[in-house]
Amino acid sequence: MRYHTPDSFGDAAAIAASATGITRFLAGGTDVLVQLRSDLVEPDDLIDIKHIAGVKEITQRSDGGWDLGVAVAGAEMTEHAGLSADWPGLVEGMDLIGSTQVQGRATLVGNLCNASPAGDGVPAMMTAGVTLTVTGPNGSREVAVEDVPAGPGKTTLAKGELVSAVHIPARGDNAGDAYLRFIPRTEMDIAVVGCAVNLRLDGDTVVEARVALGAVAPTARLVLAAAEAIIGTTLDDAALEALASAASAACQPIDDKRGTIEFRTDVAGVLAKRAAKIAYGRAKGDAA
Amino acid sequence: MALDGKTSEYKQIGSTPDRPDGLDKVTGRARYGADIHVPGMLHGAVVRSPHAHAKIIKIDATKALALKGVKAVVTRADFPEGLEGEDWNLQENCMAGEKALYDGHAVAAVAATSALIARDAAKLVDVTYEVLPHVTDVDAAMQDGAPIIREGAADYSVPEGMHPNVVRYFDTGRGDLDKGFADADLVVERSYTTEAAHQGYIEPHACMGQMGADGRGEMWVCTQGHWFIRRMSTAVLGIETTNIRVTPSEIGGGFGGKTTITFEPLSLALSRAAGGKPVKMVMSRAEVLRSTGPTASASMDIKMGMTKDGKITAAHGTFRMQGGAFPGAPVDVTTMLAFANYNIEHVHHIGYDVLTNRPKQAAYRAPGAPMAAFAVESTIDEMCRELGLDPINTRLKNAARDGTRSTFGPKFGPIGLVESLEAARDHPNMQAPLGPNQGRGIASGYWMNWGGETSASVAMSEDGTVTVSVGTPDIGGSRASMALMAAEAFGIKYEDVRVNISDTGALGVNEPTHGSRATYASGLATIKAAEECIGKMCQRAADKWGIDVDAVTWEDGAAKPSGPNAGDHDPLTIGEICAEMGETGGPISGHYEGSPTGFSGSFGTHVVDVEVDPETGHTTVLRYLVVQDAGKAIHPAYVEGQFQGGAAQGIGWALNEEYIYGEDGRLQNPIFLDYRIPVASDLPMIDTVIVEVPNPGHPYGVRGVGETGITPPLPALANAIRSATGLRLTGLPMTPPKILAALKAHGDNG
Repeated sequence: MRYHTPDSFGDAAAIAASATGITRFLAGGTDVLVQLRSDLVEPDDLIDIKHIAGVKEITQRSDGGWDLGVAVAGAEMTEHAGLSADWPGLVEGMDLIGSTQVQGRATLVGNLCNASPAGDGVPAMMTAGVTLTVTGPNGSREVAVEDVPAGPGKTTLAKGELVSAVHIPARGDNAGDAYLRFIPRTEMDIAVVGCAVNLRLDGDTVVEARVALGAVAPTARLVLAAAEAIIGTTLDDAALEALASAASAACQPIDDKRGTIEFRTDVAGVLAKRAAKIAYGRAKGDAA
Repeated sequence: MALDGKTSEYKQIGSTPDRPDGLDKVTGRARYGADIHVPGMLHGAVVRSPHAHAKIIKIDATKALALKGVKAVVTRADFPEGLEGEDWNLQENCMAGEKALYDGHAVAAVAATSALIARDAAKLVDVTYEVLPHVTDVDAAMQDGAPIIREGAADYSVPEGMHPNVVRYFDTGRGDLDKGFADADLVVERSYTTEAAHQGYIEPHACMGQMGADGRGEMWVCTQGHWFIRRMSTAVLGIETTNIRVTPSEIGGGFGGKTTITFEPLSLALSRAAGGKPVKMVMSRAEVLRSTGPTASASMDIKMGMTKDGKITAAHGTFRMQGGAFPGAPVDVTTMLAFANYNIEHVHHIGYDVLTNRPKQAAYRAPGAPMAAFAVESTIDEMCRELGLDPINTRLKNAARDGTRSTFGPKFGPIGLVESLEAARDHPNMQAPLGPNQGRGIASGYWMNWGGETSASVAMSEDGTVTVSVGTPDIGGSRASMALMAAEAFGIKYEDVRVNISDTGALGVNEPTHGSRATYASGLATIKAAEECIGKMCQRAADKWGIDVDAVTWEDGAAKPSGPNAGDHDPLTIGEICAEMGETGGPISGHYEGSPTGFSGSFGTHVVDVEVDPETGHTTVLRYLVVQDAGKAIHPAYVEGQFQGGAAQGIGWALNEEYIYGEDGRLQNPIFLDYRIPVASDLPMIDTVIVEVPNPGHPYGVRGVGETGITPPLPALANAIRSATGLRLTGLPMTPPKILAALKAHGDNG
């Protein structure tokens, strides 16, 4: 195994592009190192990107949006008052991952690029409309989060490409987001179903919405029909039922040790309703 | 035997000092199994079968042996032939012979100069398998046509015509069942299942073994009982037991699972093959879950009769249990204890011990008892509901008490079931209001406890402090308990007693810390050995004073004349006697050896409140109360810790823990992520009430408390979920998908 510590994303991309064997990028390492120790993967090239300038920074842009370095840990997001106030759903999705110790290392981009369908950080990134800068051997491009996951353990990033920055939109007024997951326990577990909702109100009426589900399909996914079910409504009972139905209808889960198809499908609807209510409350300015 | 140790006020026992091993543990100074490092040490790794059932055609270690740093590879060919009975079972489990019998079964082992090289070398051992049909479910394994795990494994007890996988059969009971059921106003029959649950100790198995060509050597091992480990390891290797000296490490949990061997003899076999270099082995968590023993899984049928006013008239139970690919599922204990809470005239138990393609089961906290408790206490709850009876009063009406002929034969002496039920009934948790989707469950449980072979010594130091040497590894704070009991006996301070866990070279044979026996048996031994020291110190005083030893009494850490007729002498303190013991006759020590039989069982009653989310089937434990009889709590905080730990493990078993096998017979969840033991935030602070009905068989009245606590939670949770939802779940674990599916089916029907 060769261990690399490039000091620019260009160098990192060049190393990855020229590598011939198994390549892994190392930021928090909370997936890669665990997989290494469990004999699941033994990279030929391990490229540590923590030495690149700016990867631990959280900065607010002039438009009110946020840029995150790719090695910002979950705990740094959770403890950032401004980011947490703007995007509580996005931050709580990240915060649900792992233990306190893991939170000191784990990153949002790592969660995305590990490409587990159950990654807790991903659905709320999708509903927030997060975009990424992807650097490759031929330069950089911008890509929407929802275009990254390709299937369990797979992304659409090409050989030599890596995510080099995270861009979160400006929050704007009268808006809120939320993320909920179902696990059999209370923490230290993997989502059996995850659901994020982000919405904006005009008065009591939902005028913009995005809904995303995790752990119910080969990738986390945006569910347009679920968003449409609540746009133009005041999130009354009928709208919530329509939302739940649309969320359940979007599920293509598997039966496995963590849950049944029937269970995941039902609970996706339940979580969509609950997350929508929390997001709605936040958009109205409720505490929490 | 009367309470002959003390009858007046206790000065030490019943207090709650810090444990003597606490600072070492929190600072990292304590040495656990994997903390051993010795010069020239090699590292071992195990090659394990990926198949649930497969013939081993060929093992080719050429490539592994060619790897730089590899010093030895051993297979079954390196073990002696001709073993019988449990020795053969242990050998076959440590290293597969003709067949791999479960996913994770060891087929070869490697020793190398580093752990990484050993791991790489294990991957290079080329094993050719012929995969065979497998079975992992107990009911399926008993059916015609089920794959036969091993012909001829059944013992004399199995009736003709049963599947060869049924290897032991139990049939016990008394009375006239027909009459008993005829006397009932209500007869309920239910079937239940429980899944295998692992002990889940935080420290994986670890050991270091060294053995030369002469077959002599030593082991360092994380175990609950080093004399057991020594006897089993040497039997498997065909060497004399006493050729190996075994030292126990600190132990990060055992719960019964570390009373046997799983891979420890491999370190000795590898060491012998590597020219006598010591070999250290440490399991990964996946190895622990795949290859060490969880408890048995069970399938059970219960039939019980009750009169309108709540008297149990008859009970019948059939218990089918699998304990993996070897005999040993604790169905004998299950049948013994199934109905033991109650005074039942007509009672009958049938038990089957069944082989499957799973790892060899090991003891787990009250082995065999929780499964039966789940079935029986759920049935009683159902009967109380149907007859409109109070669950605590009904249990009180039928409760075993002093003089009751138990359902397994012997008469009970003084026991505390009635007291535990009354204390539960009177606890404020019983009055806590319940909201929507919330329910309360009650269940009782029992463990009979144990004495066992015990050898302990107490030595006086020249400064008057005391060293206690016992042979029972300290899993649950027993060093603190021994120190308290010794301090009480001597009339000295807790801090003036030091307790060591001795190796096999320093004491006679000790059974493991199992059967909730350490505080009882090693405690009794400590007190007896202390009394011997006290007798000798009284003699030294008598000699000095020139009076008869009968005229000397021991009080508050000093020898005193027993009365005015004994003469006017100032007391001689323990420090004064010990300071001059070199000149007054030499060192003073005391010893006890024996197999004390005065142990007595512990009953408990649990009350749990839950809330079930009707939309997700998720169960939240709101309140939990453990009431249990400790006889006399030596260190009440650690007694409460045992109560709480048992409840926590039982809650996990009831709600989420299970061995999940795929179609291919491979374990699907060999990591703590998917083998879901409760995390701290899953549990409320567990309330405790210590009931004390003294055990007349121990000088201070001690009963073992370690095991009973895991028995009531399984039915208590089921009864609480029944109360919250109207659903009677009869299969564990009661996971959210299971509860939600049942809720939907219930809603569709009603």
